[in-house]
Amino acid sequence: MDFGLSEEQELIRDSFQGSLSRLAELDTVRRTAEAGAALDEDIWAELCGLGMAGLLIGEDYGGAGLGLLEAAVVAEELGRRVVPVPFVASAVMAPLAIRLGGDEDQCRAWLPAMADGSLRVGVAVSESAAGAREDAGVTAENGVLSGRALFVLDGVGAEGFVVADNAGGLHLVRADAAGLDRVGLKTIDRTRAVSELRFENTPADPLRQGEGVLRSVIDAGRVILAADSLGAGEEMLRQAVDYAGERKQFGRAIGSFQAVKHMCAEMASELQPCRALVWYGAYAMEHEPAQFSLAAAFAKSHVDEVGRFVARTATEVHGGMGFTDLMGLHYWFKRLGVNRAYLGSPERVRDEAARLQGFAA
Amino acid sequence: MDLQDRAEHKAFREEVRQFLKENKHLAPGESAFSFRMRPRNLAGEVRTWQGLLVDHGYTSRTIPKAYGGFGAEPDILKSRIIADEFFAANVIQGLGNQGISMLVPTLLEHGTEEQKQRYIRPTIRSEIVWCQGYSEPNAGSDLASLQTSGVEDGDDFIINGQKIWTSGAHIADMIFCLVRTEPDAPKHEGISYIVFPMDTPGIEVRPLQTMTGTPSFNEVFFTDVRVPQANVVGGRGNGWVVANSTLKHERGLLGDANRSLDSLLRVGKLLQNESLDGHPLMENPLFRDRFIRLQARVQAMRLHEMRMITDAGKGKGRGLGDMVVKLLGCELNHQLDGLGIDILGEIGVLYDESPMLRDGGAWQANFMFDLGLIIGGGTAQIQKNIISERGLGMPREPKVAGA
Repeated sequence: MDFGLSEEQELIRDSFQGSLSRLAELDTVRRTAEAGAALDEDIWAELCGLGMAGLLIGEDYGGAGLGLLEAAVVAEELGRRVVPVPFVASAVMAPLAIRLGGDEDQCRAWLPAMADGSLRVGVAVSESAAGAREDAGVTAENGVLSGRALFVLDGVGAEGFVVADNAGGLHLVRADAAGLDRVGLKTIDRTRAVSELRFENTPADPLRQGEGVLRSVIDAGRVILAADSLGAGEEMLRQAVDYAGERKQFGRAIGSFQAVKHMCAEMASELQPCRALVWYGAYAMEHEPAQFSLAAAFAKSHVDEVGRFVARTATEVHGGMGFTDLMGLHYWFKRLGVNRAYLGSPERVRDEAARLQGFAA
Repeated sequence: MDLQDRAEHKAFREEVRQFLKENKHLAPGESAFSFRMRPRNLAGEVRTWQGLLVDHGYTSRTIPKAYGGFGAEPDILKSRIIADEFFAANVIQGLGNQGISMLVPTLLEHGTEEQKQRYIRPTIRSEIVWCQGYSEPNAGSDLASLQTSGVEDGDDFIINGQKIWTSGAHIADMIFCLVRTEPDAPKHEGISYIVFPMDTPGIEVRPLQTMTGTPSFNEVFFTDVRVPQANVVGGRGNGWVVANSTLKHERGLLGDANRSLDSLLRVGKLLQNESLDGHPLMENPLFRDRFIRLQARVQAMRLHEMRMITDAGKGKGRGLGDMVVKLLGCELNHQLDGLGIDILGEIGVLYDESPMLRDGGAWQANFMFDLGLIIGGGTAQIQKNIISERGLGMPREPKVAGA
């Protein structure tokens, strides 16, 4: 048994860590976020050069053919640096949907351009993953879609979409398809984008397989969001520890007061086991598929709770500075807040976990 | 990551199953869950069972053969298979008492060849039962301020003083004890780690009744207790270093994820079996949510343990990941006990021999006992100091003059 990363996976982690420490300094993130872009094209291009967009796409289609664990390792680093690039939908959920549910023609038409980063694809599965708000829902009939899809991940700048219908089927839709309207939604998190899609007899290309693929795509997304939160949480803790070591009151570093150091100890304690939960969730997709949905549910719901605790506690350690825009800590606070809500809140996901185990009808 | 059973492990699982089928009837009849309620009336049965497990390598598996162990290479998957199969068969596994879990690893690390030869074999077979003489009335969290003294007299020390919270001292054969032997040295450098028999003249044990209603720990008084200097482990004045390695093993024991899993499965059964107004409690979404929350935590701790063991196997040093286990594991166990009690409602407060009592009253007993474990072995607050200062490198609390 080996519960750890391989040398190759550590290499991937290190190369992303190295590049991101140069590419995604807070000033850069801030500039992108304040411009309302939610996407830094330079960072995107550099990361695609490292193979980010094609991680999960097979070598036949120009990708690296790696697994969800490698994607989780990358997601942790993106969360750590609150990097403004689409990843969870564009580089994980959409490629998986097409890889698992697409036929040869669909794979050939979409995956190569996705692998090199020239085609970004959003994913509209919120109604299935988190439940339908307002009158949201998409119906598919005779090759066309109608209705609304809310909280479409990585939708801004996307040239295509993977869309779930009310019956659990998945469809490929081009962004310039007739009868498709895209409305940007603004959230607290300006480092990633969500939007609403409105369909009116919009032509769509159905994926061959429905239900099982949708389940896997959502589970994979949950693991990746948990990994992103883990990285973001660890970085908030690191900043809190640094700040508490520098800031002096009553003639000593505030980090020497137990009231403060115990807050940091609690954050560290809660974060430590999250890594194993995330890694196992990612590993389970390929190696223990019968456990995948449950493992993803545990990872998502637990890391969401830890993320909320760390976000508020790390901010509190910074005192008034934590509340300012200047400090920039709020970028992580908001990223964690958004990860918690997407693809199922902890309550929703735990309820699913109960159903998966036959504890509830 | 590779968690798959290989052919070797599949065969091993079969072997464990076969062993359990053939020998299950020899196991002490009570599960580990209720075992804690009446710990010692099973001593004979436990000893036989323990010996059998040692012989087959189902406990003390990696202890060298020369000292009576099984001498196997560390293999976490096999350890896990043993734990899983024993659990599935509802058979108690090897003992995890203070001698086996704390003294033996400490002797392996710091003991002389003679000490290893003499003590390890009978300890792992449960033929020698140990207690730990650390805390004193005025040396709790500040353990290094302990005052029990050992004064040199020829080849011996003459020990005087008092220990407290000494679990199992009333039934122990031996004690591993911290004694101040170098009164003029700085407080951390004047302590020796000494082992000696509990029937040495001058030792008096007074049981302390605990809130659970059972005496599980004691006060131990030493009056002119004569112990050979050769009984020091790890060198004179080096006891603080030796003790810390013991505490490390204790904290691993106290945060054991298998114990949490055992509790979790029992809580799950309660939720399915107990009913309110004729409906199983599992149908109540609030209880269900509390259960799934804790289930995720137990899963996190089990996987975390696997990660820590893997890291240790790769020679990565002990770090933050190991330091959090005692704090989290003890808190988790207490919360699991609390959920069990809440599921039972008024039935949950029944105790002793009451009608309608569930599981022999173990839910309340464990709820209290596990609070004791949050305090014992280094309080939660001391753990947080360790995590923040040693794990995160935060500044230490300024020392008060004279402390």
